[in-house]
Parts: sequence; structure tokens; C-alpha cells
Amino acid sequence: MSTVTDDKRKAPAGERVADWADGRLGIYSLAKANMRKIFPDHWSFMLGEIALYSFIIIILTGVYLTLFFHPSMNEVVYHGSYVPMQGIRMTEAYASTLEISFDVRGGLLIRQIHHWAALIFLAAMFVHMMRVFFTGAFRKPREINWLFGFLLFVLGMFTGFTGYSLPDDLLSGTGVRFTQGAILATPVVGTYISFFLFGGEFPGHDMVARFYSIHILLLPGIMLGLVVAHLILVFYHKHTQFAGPGRTNKNVVGMPLLPVYMAKAGGFFFLVFGVIAAIAGLFTINPVWALGPYRPDQVSTGAQPDWYMGFAEGLIRVMPGWEINLWGHTLALGVFIPLTLFGLVLVALAVYPFIESWVTGDKREHHILDRPRNAPTRTALGVAWITGYVIMLLGGGNDIFATHFHLSINSITWFVRISYFVGPVLAFVITRRICLGLQRRDKDKVLHGRESGIIKRLPHGEFVEVHEQLSRQELHTLTAHEQYAPAEIGPSVDENGVERKVTRGQKLRAKLSKGYYGEGNQIPKPTADEYKEITSGHGHH
Amino acid sequence: MSSQEIPEKNLPSEQDTAHGAVAVAEDPFADPGLPPHKPRVQDIDERAAKRSERTVALLFTLSMLSTIGFIASFVAFPVEKIVYVWPLGHVSALNLSLGVTLGLALFCIGAGAVHWARTLMSDVEVADDRHPIEADPVVKAKVMSDFAAGAEESAIGRRKLIRTTMFGALAMVPLSGVVLLRDLGPLPEEKLRHTLWGKGKQLINMNTNEPLRPEDVAVGSLTFAKPEGLEEDNHEFNNEIAKAALMIVRLQPQDIKDKRELDWSHQGIVAFSKICTHVGCPISLYEQQTHHVLCPCHQSTFDLSDGARVIFGPAGHALPQLRIGVNDEGFLEALGDFEEPVGPSFWERG
Amino acid sequence: MKKLSARRRHPLAAVVVLLLALAATGGLYAAFAPAGKAQADETAQSLAIEEGKRLYATGCSSCHGTGGQGGSDGPSLVGVGSAAVDFQVGTGRMPAQQPGAQVPKKPRIYSQAEIDQLAAYVASLGAGPITPTEKQYSPEGADIAKGGDLFRTNCAQCHNFTGEGGALTNGKYAPSLEDVSPKHLYEAMQTGPQNMPSFPDTTLPEQQKKDIIAYVKTVNGEETETPGGFALGGLGPVSEGLFGWIFGLGSLIAVAVWVAAHTAKAKKS
Repeated sequence: MSTVTDDKRKAPAGERVADWADGRLGIYSLAKANMRKIFPDHWSFMLGEIALYSFIIIILTGVYLTLFFHPSMNEVVYHGSYVPMQGIRMTEAYASTLEISFDVRGGLLIRQIHHWAALIFLAAMFVHMMRVFFTGAFRKPREINWLFGFLLFVLGMFTGFTGYSLPDDLLSGTGVRFTQGAILATPVVGTYISFFLFGGEFPGHDMVARFYSIHILLLPGIMLGLVVAHLILVFYHKHTQFAGPGRTNKNVVGMPLLPVYMAKAGGFFFLVFGVIAAIAGLFTINPVWALGPYRPDQVSTGAQPDWYMGFAEGLIRVMPGWEINLWGHTLALGVFIPLTLFGLVLVALAVYPFIESWVTGDKREHHILDRPRNAPTRTALGVAWITGYVIMLLGGGNDIFATHFHLSINSITWFVRISYFVGPVLAFVITRRICLGLQRRDKDKVLHGRESGIIKRLPHGEFVEVHEQLSRQELHTLTAHEQYAPAEIGPSVDENGVERKVTRGQKLRAKLSKGYYGEGNQIPKPTADEYKEITSGHGHH
Repeated sequence: MSSQEIPEKNLPSEQDTAHGAVAVAEDPFADPGLPPHKPRVQDIDERAAKRSERTVALLFTLSMLSTIGFIASFVAFPVEKIVYVWPLGHVSALNLSLGVTLGLALFCIGAGAVHWARTLMSDVEVADDRHPIEADPVVKAKVMSDFAAGAEESAIGRRKLIRTTMFGALAMVPLSGVVLLRDLGPLPEEKLRHTLWGKGKQLINMNTNEPLRPEDVAVGSLTFAKPEGLEEDNHEFNNEIAKAALMIVRLQPQDIKDKRELDWSHQGIVAFSKICTHVGCPISLYEQQTHHVLCPCHQSTFDLSDGARVIFGPAGHALPQLRIGVNDEGFLEALGDFEEPVGPSFWERG
Repeated sequence: MKKLSARRRHPLAAVVVLLLALAATGGLYAAFAPAGKAQADETAQSLAIEEGKRLYATGCSSCHGTGGQGGSDGPSLVGVGSAAVDFQVGTGRMPAQQPGAQVPKKPRIYSQAEIDQLAAYVASLGAGPITPTEKQYSPEGADIAKGGDLFRTNCAQCHNFTGEGGALTNGKYAPSLEDVSPKHLYEAMQTGPQNMPSFPDTTLPEQQKKDIIAYVKTVNGEETETPGGFALGGLGPVSEGLFGWIFGLGSLIAVAVWVAAHTAKAKKS
């Protein structure tokens, strides 16, 4: 020992730096817990990483764009290098976007990376949320992280919307006009909010500057904080995992952060950035030069927002034009109802974990993921929600679908109106049936083994297919899931014969619980006894 | 209360014992534990490992070359150079080359790192223990007593006057911030009710910037107009045109079904607000045979031969009509402002 | 041959035969159709009207009436002018094939000479917009930027920012302006075909029509520059969103699957 210390008169430079930092930040204690932290491997666990990395890409490229963009609504006459706009009156915001696109070397690429990354950021958050939903990863202790993620998605939508509006082109300006119309439809305060937000009448002279500070400072600042909190919680809770041999609710199985995840996750950042950069080099996005500067008396057909606002666009397009005029006031239900639904559709996502935990009454921690089939009602609810969402996306693009599939825009609108109510119900029923079917198949596989494809002729002439027994690992994986029993209200009188008070909430809860876990709504998983009975020879095939 | 109603025994973890499902001896479904680690080719064959090493190095080298390519493209291609590349079209040489080289440079770093991790770094799965997030009762008791001690020492419970006034002060101080927001914009007042139109204002053709004569407007044609005196270089042009934009069509007078529309027209020429009453898009997809006008944003459809009433879509009321006539010089003029507010509905519209 | 006869009862056989027959008739017609010559003098003009009347009687009168007075299947042609005929027949919209929300553009079936004769006949029924000359519609030397501004005021609401087309009510649509010749663009503005409103010279002067044509040809022509790369149809956020999901997120998920997949294990020897 002493010889070692003697040899090491001077520690290597890296260690000395680390010592210095440890003396001030305590990094060794932090690293002890985290350096070899275990992360399980599954492709679906990386969807959140796609979102995180595209967020970083958006920040990097966004900072670059602020160096050239002029968030001003002062009007100028364009004399830049794009010929079809020369001599046209436009705001400085639009003119500087043209300059970024045509005069700054690489400016167009960065603008396109920024915009493509924004579309992918929202899409990745969406699928990440769906992964968390369908595997039940939102259950205790992760409900708060679900809310953080939900907030990131909603804030991402609004950050995207404000950014998309900044170039002050004819398409985005039409979107802002829609927003202003929607604000006006808000009862009592709408007109005042509109005047305060736009600094007077629409479009006014302040919109771009105000949206700019919201887009580059306020919302991304909040989002950055939420992302950090989200990641800290992921580290703190440790990642969930799918059931399997050696994987329990009390451990996490995978490979250590250093070196494997450092390399895989770090490498994945470059892969995501690389793919988005290549897409931005090859495919146009939002060619503002072709759209023209915003003027409130001009418009183009095919006026849509970016995809993440598409379902709101759908809601507003297919709503009938109801309007109430009473006592000198106007309530534009044709706008206000879609606006309210927009909020409700999102809030439904946010509160789901709390509803489910209320129904199950389960207060335990869950670190083993559900396979979607093993939670049929949850899965069916999720698919119903997505169905409604996608139907509204279709509604939001009804004019494009009309021209490209030679349909009538009125028929599409009616189709969307009806299927918004019918579609989710159908989706619910069908999904649950599929889940139950898959559960039965799993049960069958456990009890009777896998079909081997080998046909055997028995001595008395009967042909049977040989079933191959599953391995112990597979048996465990297929039977590891838990199944709840439905809650019961119990007898209406207690043991002393006194009538018990059953509140309406309890009745609802029992009913929901039955809907989730009642007979026919889940397939009881095979028991060890059933398995033994069949394999011990009685049930050979 | 609720926890009494939903018995613990319904939780899966309780069921096995509660329902007496005796743990079967030698449970066939029991967790057999982590399967033994199987080596990869690279773990046992040094030549394969060497191959992987070379692949990784090649990817990193490719990345370096791509970065050089990026810099070279940046220097070589003028920003305005357009090249034809099948099947992309006539694209900017700079954007294409920068995007592809940057994409490749980044992708190769990622691919190299991942290939390294997948083939050369250890792939032995390890298990890490989880610990409950909840604190154990001892810790909780300590925190509770610390908190009680702190609260007691501050005397916040006893000195109610301090507590009440403090909450009052904290609740009121943000009001200053709210008050400061007042100057974000002026009050609406009657601004949404009036446009630049008024008695005697001539209808100026948007295209030619000249006043319109009735004979200029043919049946089946579509013309847009603005009020006399509103020029594009006017500082308030956008705010004003957002309310004043006008759509002019000519119908055969016998085709006009609405009495008031006919009264307010001139020889079949009708002038309607171009701003949709739904959320304010400039509506102007005029079908000259059906006399329908469609909004490109949300497909509200109005019938211009019937008082511009809504026949489809989310708009709540008809497009406002402008009363027009002809002045002494033979030009079309407005006979007043719109009688109702143009554009989207708002609470005070009435 | 055996194969062919075996399939003659296939439900699609009738369609195939019909298509072949149509193609053959069309081909023969094209081969034998007289190629008329435009002549300048008076007699030639009246000859053209005569010739046009003959063509009209066989090709158009069943819908538009024997004297162009219109009928239940087609509007009156009195006063539509030669420009309307040149547009409708020149873009193949007329003669119409089947009833529907809107008569679509198709390959034209009359030669330009025949179209001129038809136009001369229809023009003789009543005065209307005259087929423009090249000097009128040529985009040469026009103001592209001004054309863009006019396009956004008058045209983009139906035809999209760069003339990709768009939807109207009940299955009607504003067609794409890609590959539409300057003459036909001019005539469409002049005459207002089908449900399109007209933009007569009194409200949209000739020079402004040229500006618009120049703009359309710049942003939606063979040589149109799309500096940012492949344009995805120029349809805006719907196609961008679909692309972002399918190719953008799709390829990233494919990469994620590769990153997370287990490396192949060595085979047991």
C-alpha cells in the first residue's frame, strides 16, 4: 500500500481537477450513486430521448436564428435577393426571414432544422406519452412526472404556435387571425384580452415583438425547467422495465450508464441531429417566401396550422355555427365549444393516472410495465382517445383530403362530425376485444405450449399437432402480470343490521372497477394448478 | 373512508394469500432469475472485435471528412446558386450540400458510438436494487417533529395577527404586477363597431387603386374594394383593411332572394364584408354559378344571393352588407358604414 | 391465347375491351381528323364559321342546343365569346364526358384549328370575350412581384399560394395551375369558366393579368426554384406534418430500434 502512495506523488491532471470540483460540489458522492446507474434496454424507452434531443436541437438552432431575425412590425419595402417579392411592402419580421433564407449562408438550413425539429419534437413527445400510457408507466410513483411531461407537451404546442407566427407571413398570420377570433369568442373578457394581447385592434403593431418574447424566453424557459425536473425524476425513480426473468418490482436490470448508456444515449443525440439535419437539407419546410407577407385582406386556401394544432383546427372546422344572442350579448358557441373541447381533450390526458389509481385503490409503487393487452380497458380507452384525436386531425385537413381524394368537403365534414362520436366507441370495443383475444392466446400458450407445426399421427389414426412446452423464462414472462379483482360495495347493511351509507362516489367507483376488472373484462391468468394438471398427462394433445 | 370501501384484498398482491391460493410447491411460473450471459462474436473472437473497431474508426473518419465537406461547401457554393437534383427539383446547392454533409458528420459520430457500445462494450446485464420512494416511519417522525418545533418557535400558530396580515400582504403584492399590465393595449370601446366606410366614400378597386363604376362590374365577376383614402403605405392600413375589406359581385337582380339585399344593392351589384363572421379570415372563394362563397379557413359557406346567410360551416351569422349607390360622377359609393360590426362575434356585439 | 380466352369472363374484361375500343377510335380519329388551316380573309372567316357550325352540331349541340341557346344539360353559349370556347375545348374540359360536381381537365380531343373554327362559330352567336393574342398574355417583361400581390388578393384564396389548387363546396374544386398555358390562364381570368368568377379588364386590366401569369409561371412552372429542397407538393402544414411523422419520426424510431436491440450472440459451437 505504502509503495503505491509513494509512487503516486502527484495524481494525474484529470483526478486533480475532479478533486478540486469535489471539494466544492461534492461530485464524488453524486457520481457514486449515478455513474454506474442501470438503464433497461428497449426501443420504446428511447422515444423520450428523441423528444429531448430535438428540444436541444431547437434551442441551439433557435439561438442562431435570433442573431438574424428582427422581431419588428415596422413596414419596409423589400429590395432583397428574392425576385418575386421585390418592391412588396412587408414587416421587418418577414423581410428578415427572407434574408435568413436567401442571404445568410446556411441560414435556410438552420431555419429548416429548427422547424423540422419542432414538428418532430412534438411528435416524439406524443408517442412517448402514448408509450407511457399504454404500458402503465404513469402509475405511482410517476404521476407527477406524467404531469410534467403533459405540461411539456402543451407548452410545446404553444411555443411552436408562437414561433410559427413570427415570420408574419400570410399563412401564419391567418393562424394568428384565427386565434384572435377565438379569443374574441371567450365570454365576458374575450374582447379585452384580444385588445391587451395585440396592443389594440388586430393585427396591430406589437404582435410579433410580444410573441417573440413569449417564444424565445417565457415558454422555453419554463420548458427547460420542466425538462430538467422531468429528467431528475427519471433518475430518482429509476427507469421502469418490462416483466421477464430476473426482473422484479424491486430491481432494475440493464446496462450501466458508464460506459454503455453514455455511448448509446450520447450517440443517439448525434443520430437524431444527423437525421434531422439531412431532412432539412433535402426537404423544404414552410417556404415563407412563397406565402407572401401577411395582410388581413388576403388569404390562401389550404390554410392549416402545424400538425400539433391540427386537432384544434378540426374541432373548429366541423363545429356547427351555433350562436346565441341574448340581452345585448353574443355567445359564439361555434367557436367557444371547440375551444372548450380543446382544453377538455388535453385535460383528460392529464388526469387519467389519478382516475385509474382511484378506481384501483392501489397505493403501491409500480416499476414493472404492463403489456397493453393485460390492461384491456386502459388500452381501449387510450385507443379511443387517439381515434378521436386522429379523426379531428382529418377534420383539420378536410380541404386537402377533399382535393387529393376527390371527395366533397361537405361530406368529409359530416363524416368527421358523426365519427367523432361513433369512432371512439367502436375503437374502444374493438380494442378491448383484441386485448382479451391476445390474453386468451397467452393463456393458451402457457397451458398448452407453442404450436410446433409438426403433425403426429396417433396409433388409432388421429392426427394431432405437437405442442412444444414453453421455457421457464417464457412461462414466467407470460404470467408475471397482476390482475385486480373488482371492488365491491359490500352488503347494504352492516353486521348490526344498520343500513350503511353508500355514497354516489363509491357506487361510481365500484361500477368503474367492475368495468375495468369485472368478469369478461379480463381473462383470468392461468394458475399453477391448471398448468400442472394439464402437463401431468391428462390433457395431452 | 374510501379505503375502507375498497378492501385491500382486491389488490393483486393481497389476493394470493387472501383467497387462499396456496403457493404451489415448485411453482412452474416462478421467476427463474436472470438468464446466463451469452457471449457475442466479438467477445470470443478477437478478429471480429478488430473488425468492429475498424468499423467504428471508419465511421468517425467519415464524420471528419463530412465536416471538411461542410466547410468546403460553405466556401465553394454561392448562396444564390440553384442546381437541379433529381428528384428534389431546382434546389439551393448550398442548403443541400450543407444539410447532407452536416447530417452525415453527425450521424456517423452517433453510429460509431452506438456500434462501439453494442459490439465492444460489455453487454452483461446487471441488476440494481430499488428502494421505496417513501421514507420509513422513523424518518417521517423526525421530519414531523422538526417541523412542529420550527412552527412552534416561530409562534405562527399563536400570533394570529402576524399570520393574517402576512398572508394579506403576500396576497396583495402581486396585484401591482397585474395593474402594470393595464397598458398592454387600449380598451375596446366601440372600435370593433366602426370601419372606415361612411356616407359618400367611393369604392376603390384593390387591383387598380381607381374608383369603380357600375359598368366595370360584370355579372359573374369578383372584385375587391377598399374605402377611398386608405392607401397601402398608411401606418394603420392593416388595422383598417382588416375591417373594411369589401367583396363586390354582380347578380341578376331577379336572382336576389333577400329583399334587404336587393334594396342595398345597385343594379344587382352587392357589396359584402370580405371578413368572415366566424374568426375573421378573408372569405372570398366565390362560386359564380351557385353564388356561394366559401371560407378557406373553416369552410363556412354563405349564400350571396340570399343576404349572405350561412348555409354550411361554423360561422354564426351572415356577412354584413354595405349599402351602396352611385355618386354624381358615376362612381360606386357607400351610403354609410356597415350597420353591424364586421368580422368575428364578440361578447359585446349583441 | 388460351390464357386470354380464359379471362374473358373476368368482371374487368368489359372495361378493358371498352378502353381498347375507345383508344382505337380516338387514335383513328386523330389520324384521319382534318387539320384545318387558319385563313385571314373574310371568306375564310365565314368558312371557318360554317366549319365550326358543323363541328358544333356533332360535338356540342346535344347539350348546348342546336343554336347555342342552351338546354337542360348545358348553359347558353350566346355571348360567351371565342375566349371561353378556346379555354373550355382547349383544356379538354369540353366536350364533357360525364355529369359530376365539376367538369375536369382532360387531354383535348379537337385540334387547335378545329377549336378556332368552333370559337368562330360561337363568337358569331353573340359578342363576348375574344381569344387573346400572344402579345396580350405573354408574361414577357411583366412585374412578377406585383403579380404575386395581385395573385394573393384575387386568386390564392381558391388556387393556393402558388397555384396548387384547393377545395370548393360539395366536391367542386379550384384546379392546380401547374402546366396551364399562359393563354389558358388569361382566358380563365377573362371568362370565368364554370364556377370561377371572371376578372374582366375593367377590374383587372390586361397588364395585371400578365403580371399574374408571370408570377404563376415563376412559382409553379418547370423551372420553379425550391431552394429548401423537395417541396412536398407545396401544400403547407398537412403534407409537412405527414412527412414529419412518417419519415422524420419513423426513421428516428427505426434508428432507436437499432440502438436498443441486442447484439447478435455468438452461435453455440
